[in-house]
Amino acid sequence: MNECKESRSGGYNCVVCIKQVPDTKKVTGQAMKADGTINRAALPAIFNPEDRNALEAALSVKEKHGGTVTAIAMGLPNACEILREALMCGADKAYLVTDRKAAGSDTLATSYILSCAVRKLNPDLVFCGRQAIDGDTAQTGPQIAEKLGFAAITYLEGLEMDGDYAIATRNIGTGIEKDRVKLPALFTVTEKFGELRPYDVRRVMKYKKAKAPAENGGVALEGDRAIGQFSCDDIGAEPERCGFAGSPTNVNKIVSVVLAGGDYKEVPATDEGIAHLVSELIADHTIG
Amino acid sequence: MAEDRSKGEVWVFAEQEDGVLSDVPRELLGKGRELADKLGVPLAAVLMGENVEPLAKDLFEAGADKVHLVEDAGLKVFRGKAYRHAFVKLIRECGPQIVIFGATHMGRDLAPAVASELRCGLTADCTDLQIGDYTDNKTKENFSNVLLQIRPAFGGNIIATIVNPRNWPQMATVREGVMKPLEKAPGRTGETIRHDAGLDGVEIPVEVLEIVRRHSSINLKGARIIVAGGAGVGSKENFALLHELADVLGGAVGGSRAAVDLGYCEHERQIGQTGVTVRPALFISCGISGAVQHLAGMQDSAKIIAINTDKDAPIFKVAHYGIVGDLNVVIPKMIKAIKQKGG
Ligand SMILES: Cc1cc2nc3c(=O)[nH]c(=O)nc-3n(C[C@H](O)[C@H](O)[C@H](O)COP(=O)(O)OP(=O)(O)OC[C@H]3O[C@@H](n4cnc5c(N)ncnc54)[C@H](O)[C@@H]3O)c2cc1C
Ligand SMILES: Nc1ncnc2c1ncn2[C@@H]1O[C@H](COP(=O)(O)O)[C@@H](O)[C@H]1O
Repeated sequence: MNECKESRSGGYNCVVCIKQVPDTKKVTGQAMKADGTINRAALPAIFNPEDRNALEAALSVKEKHGGTVTAIAMGLPNACEILREALMCGADKAYLVTDRKAAGSDTLATSYILSCAVRKLNPDLVFCGRQAIDGDTAQTGPQIAEKLGFAAITYLEGLEMDGDYAIATRNIGTGIEKDRVKLPALFTVTEKFGELRPYDVRRVMKYKKAKAPAENGGVALEGDRAIGQFSCDDIGAEPERCGFAGSPTNVNKIVSVVLAGGDYKEVPATDEGIAHLVSELIADHTIG
Repeated sequence: MAEDRSKGEVWVFAEQEDGVLSDVPRELLGKGRELADKLGVPLAAVLMGENVEPLAKDLFEAGADKVHLVEDAGLKVFRGKAYRHAFVKLIRECGPQIVIFGATHMGRDLAPAVASELRCGLTADCTDLQIGDYTDNKTKENFSNVLLQIRPAFGGNIIATIVNPRNWPQMATVREGVMKPLEKAPGRTGETIRHDAGLDGVEIPVEVLEIVRRHSSINLKGARIIVAGGAGVGSKENFALLHELADVLGGAVGGSRAAVDLGYCEHERQIGQTGVTVRPALFISCGISGAVQHLAGMQDSAKIIAINTDKDAPIFKVAHYGIVGDLNVVIPKMIKAIKQKGG
């Protein structure tokens, strides 16, 4: 491959979709309610791991070719925590998409709302994480791309720019594929892409007090301290395609994984015990 | 609301690469057969590619009644937009009631895009599918014979049943390795129906420059016996002990995510929610605590032996045989016993 790639004048405008998720690794007894459902409030809320990789992908494009990086998160005002993190790591601008009408959105409605927000920002490149650890669906990214009519490249592991094209390396499960993609395009990024760069100290000072109006009694801050905010109306999202109304999937039933267990056969860790076990497995044709 | 599609077919996406069917379509046809029989409708496979017609035979032998065949030079290698375009056209023309895909890299690329264009529901990574009735708690509306889509969520801590009774088709991706293929029925045939891909004039923004296949010799899914190790194995060198046990049993070696992260074994060996799902005749778990994400990938094994120094380790809750002890002591004893008894 030709190493010297052409950048575009003005670089690339990148949007990164980031999600605040409950840290599902920390689900312990305390986080389970008596009725077997999860008490989300008892779990720390974190920056979805693969969205950090997505942000890194956007920042590395900007670093090499210039342009802008805008982070957007849809959720409750609390999600501004990760937007501030994104700003501290190098994003130029951040937007919170928050609206009661968005409550109860499944992936179809979520991707619709996010696609309306992304369209407003008119980017060349969009980055999503491969999947979010709370839902594990990996559906939102490809669905945003479909709605915008962008090329969609899933499982991105590496990226180079070449004028109006991107050369993308993606994992296809049975191997690695290299694609030439016409912009605009959306990528879902895996952890293989590389870790998010650490905070820039100067940026920490600059952005630690940034707020969206929803966190500030409805009042927008000025300049660097402003996190933008969109309602469904602001981005022209039709109410019947948002939230519960726009979500074809319903959750019918939830059971927590409480293992019954305990009634296994105890095998002593002795020569005799183990020899006996092996005989039993041979006798019932499990081995041999 | 969509028209009544309750007579619609059950469809399975017959994923192929380089003209070779992967295992997933056979697994999906096994489940699809059950769903279609319950609904009293035909089971069809959707086969797309270039010169892939010969694969139809395998699909009939794996349980399909029909094969919807879409051949086009533009479908030779998988490109999301081309496949989506052809698939959406086919769904609009034929009106299936259920469409299932493997939760493979290809399936997880294609299915969301198809669902997005059709504006229908899609449930990712199901571990079971059933036909059943559903009542909407809010509206009290009843729906009979809907697809119950069962999947772990929230990092494996809960099992959710999802339905999408109002928008058609009902779509789901299904994890690899969890559905059982049917016994191959040699000579079983069915009807092949050709369709046009409709790609004329459609601009595809992606050109595939190069594909490097990784031919892994590691095949956990096909193994009858699996010996798996976790962080408790302690070192990469010590993992050799597991290979030795697997060798005398004619089995394969797997690992927990911690074992992979610690570099004790290759990523392809990872068992669990973010690795492979296995259901061997015998699973020997060594030094694995048994986190839900790990259990999700192995708890359907026919027989599970757990070896762990901690008698309270959750792995014992899914075990059929439990050995509370040090794997460094237990495994050599096992190898010796198997060799002696000519296992
Ligand atoms: C979103 C998500 C997805 C995940 N996906 C997966 C997945 O696909 N697969 C997976 O495995 N994990 C997965 N995990 C990680 C999972 O939660 C656990 O962290 C992991 O399975 C732990 O691995 P382990 O049991 O080997 O290690 P540990 O939990 O550290 O357990 C080691 C065990 O070894 C025992 N032990 C120590 N020494 C000995 C000895 N000498 N002899 C016998 N026993 C000994 C200990 O008592 C302990 O029980 C996932 C986590 C998340 C959040
Ligand atoms: N509420 C959200 N706000 C911003 N981005 C999101 C949101 N939900 C999903 N995404 C993006 O879509 C990706 C896949 O999410 P999911 O389909 O939930 O697995 C995430 O990694 C994010 O990049």
